Amino acid sequence: MLAFLTRRILQTVPTVLAVVLVVFVLFSVVPGSIVSSMSDDGRGAADPQVVERMRKQLGLDDPVYMRFGSYIAKLATGDLGTSFRTREPVTIMIAKRIWPTLQLIFAALAFAIAIGVPLGFVAALRPGGIVDTVSMVVAVSGLSMAKFWLGLVLMYLFALKLGWLPSFGYGDGSLKYLILPAVTLGVSPMALLARTTRAAVLEIMTADFVRTARSKGMSEMRLVKWHVMRNALVLILTTMGLQFGALMGQAVVVEKLFSWPGIGSLLVDSVLQRDIPAVQGSILVVVLAFLAINLLIDVLYGVIDPRIRYA
Amino acid sequence: MMFRMIAVVAGLGLALVTTAEAQTPRKGGTIRMTAPYGSSFSSLDIHTTQRAQDEIYAKALHRSLYIWNSAEGKPVLELAKEDVVSGGGLVHTFKLRDDAYFHNGRKMTADDVIWSYNRIMDGTKAYPGARFVRVIEGAAAVEKGQAKEISGLKKIDDFTVEMKLTEKVDPGFYFFNALTSIYPADEGAKESFIQKPIGLGSFKFVEHVPGSRIVLERWDRFYKPGKPYADKLIVSVMGEAAARDVAFRNKEIDTSVLGPAQYVAYQADPALKGTIVEVAEVFTRHMGMNPAFKPFADKRVRQAINHAIDTDLIIKKLVKGKAYRATSWLPLTSPIYDNTMKPYAFDPAKAKQLLAEAGYPTGFEFEWTTSQNESWGLPIVEAIIPMLDRVGIKVKVKQVETAVLAEVIKKGDFQAYVYSMATGPDPQAALKCFYSSTPQSACNYTSFKNADFDKLIDEAGQTDDAAKRDQLLQKANALLYEEAPVWFFNYNKAVMAVQPWLKGIQLNATELTHQNVEDLWVDESSPAK
Repeated sequence: MLAFLTRRILQTVPTVLAVVLVVFVLFSVVPGSIVSSMSDDGRGAADPQVVERMRKQLGLDDPVYMRFGSYIAKLATGDLGTSFRTREPVTIMIAKRIWPTLQLIFAALAFAIAIGVPLGFVAALRPGGIVDTVSMVVAVSGLSMAKFWLGLVLMYLFALKLGWLPSFGYGDGSLKYLILPAVTLGVSPMALLARTTRAAVLEIMTADFVRTARSKGMSEMRLVKWHVMRNALVLILTTMGLQFGALMGQAVVVEKLFSWPGIGSLLVDSVLQRDIPAVQGSILVVVLAFLAINLLIDVLYGVIDPRIRYA
Repeated sequence: MMFRMIAVVAGLGLALVTTAEAQTPRKGGTIRMTAPYGSSFSSLDIHTTQRAQDEIYAKALHRSLYIWNSAEGKPVLELAKEDVVSGGGLVHTFKLRDDAYFHNGRKMTADDVIWSYNRIMDGTKAYPGARFVRVIEGAAAVEKGQAKEISGLKKIDDFTVEMKLTEKVDPGFYFFNALTSIYPADEGAKESFIQKPIGLGSFKFVEHVPGSRIVLERWDRFYKPGKPYADKLIVSVMGEAAARDVAFRNKEIDTSVLGPAQYVAYQADPALKGTIVEVAEVFTRHMGMNPAFKPFADKRVRQAINHAIDTDLIIKKLVKGKAYRATSWLPLTSPIYDNTMKPYAFDPAKAKQLLAEAGYPTGFEFEWTTSQNESWGLPIVEAIIPMLDRVGIKVKVKQVETAVLAEVIKKGDFQAYVYSMATGPDPQAALKCFYSSTPQSACNYTSFKNADFDKLIDEAGQTDDAAKRDQLLQKANALLYEEAPVWFFNYNKAVMAVQPWLKGIQLNATELTHQNVEDLWVDESSPAK
């Protein structure tokens, strides 16, 4: 187990370096810079002398390889650099934003699991029935709905019409502010989980070991609990792991729409204003979180299904 | 004159303000404003950012030497009680307020003013406000590292500062915005300042949730007696217009900037119509033409473009009436706007004739660089393409991000662009963007060169007679209209919905969202406690 973990952690190093390199090169070749974005609302032309000094100070005129070398040297010491935009250490900026994003993603996943998995199970137990048809219509709709539109509909319904929830903001971090953004973000993985669960359960129900268990007289309840659920869980876990990464990306829209102070909106602002250190830092953290979650899921595979060994 | 002009363009809004002024302001309550320009606040160090978004909170937290007076349409003294001018108009002696306290309880002195301006000129930090402070003698030397302190700033006593300028200009236009805010010298140098800023404004810092909101509370030692009225101010970052719309209708926010689509919807809704305030902001939307691209070097071609586009139709149909037709460079709310000027008539026949005279009887093709902006970007360009096609001019569209567009324009890497530029409040500064020696990288984006124009600007800068100066600048503005280095599109009409319980909204032509919040108050009907 320990050897497996060490090997997996070491395997992440080239992945992280590759991501850092790609992001760095991309933002070195795309047009625009923090300096030009400073006056992009046309309020006042950026002063040429200030622009020149700023480019020099930020090293924007240095060759790409020099900037990359200096960035990697800093990164090796755990320094993510200083934001061009806020002039704050990127580590501090990310530290302020990561918790709201994790809150949002875990709440969305919790919603997705709580609704999607039972929905898939129920649908699979009576394939072709009304429940199956309705739940799959819900699943397909959930997958095809745009986050922005869905968020607005939820805001309109639950904030404006019913008055049950606030329509935007982080508030004091309490649950009532979290519900609408989390549901908006969670509908798509919920739908995917429902479909995945249904497919997995249907497949397992026709497996030899299930037939054998049935022929031995095992009750349907025990069958579902001990054979179907445990086996389906592996597939569900895989879906969740992949969804975690997808949710990190999709959180951008939801955070912007609901004024949620997460890393997604930080990333968008930083990209638009070409705040390269903040972009690199944010992407790095997102990648690391994705790798960590997938590692955790690999470990959980073995716990759920002892046939899976840590090779 | 200024107030009259705003009254003309702001009808309904002004009625609201007048009503508000007739009532007795209530103490207490919470004001909930929105920062609508997309991104989160750039920085809590307002010296580092000139974004419109950041100045919304900065108007509450900080103070500069001058402040914008929306009713008078000009900057007025704020941190000084008196400005004595001498030295042929170049030396200003400011008698500072002796009752202005920073949020740490310390009284502001001349040292803080001098320290703040020196900070802004620190060349190693490249603060954007340097372009304003550079008007003080010796400031440029500090920026270049040739001197440690600005020689043109002298402390006479704790509450008197002498400022020697390099040009005979109104310092109000240079020292009114947040980029030149006065910081406490002792605290401003600390690293903690950026996390917990301290200012002289009417509200002090409580909390910043990046990407979501900033919370401020009343500063009890603010120097204007009885102000601010509200106990608390919350500014929420809300870049999505649709989300703002729901929140406004749900009474969760007190102000909401409206886009063209919402402007139409709110006007049509009896329940919301009364919430609208509007003002002609000092921004001119235009299409700039690069004379390095041969056809645009000919004035007749540039005039033909102005005649070929049905500008009124675009403003009505696409901008939904949320703009005023431009009649030259200086906007409607400029102190010297000439209301006798008429816009170029939509006249394709005249455009064809001008093109033929210029040697392009069958037209030509050009590349038009644009952003996605709904009010002055791609949708506008797409509407114009068939209009230009009618007179033989073909357009190739090149779409870029707004931040990239700014860079493209400054480098001159375009044949034509469409953009929105600040054209106020100082008419002299706005027109100087077309002065021959103003580099393209500064604001002379169309590389305009005209000796007659330069002469008018020079004469305006030298005269001590204010009326003569205004007359010369008006002539320069008219000459610009005739030379047409740009297609004069529109002046922005800023529109904001304001809840009926929020009183005292000012029709700020420099930026409607920038409110002197100490003058705002909420009545008992506000749902925010």
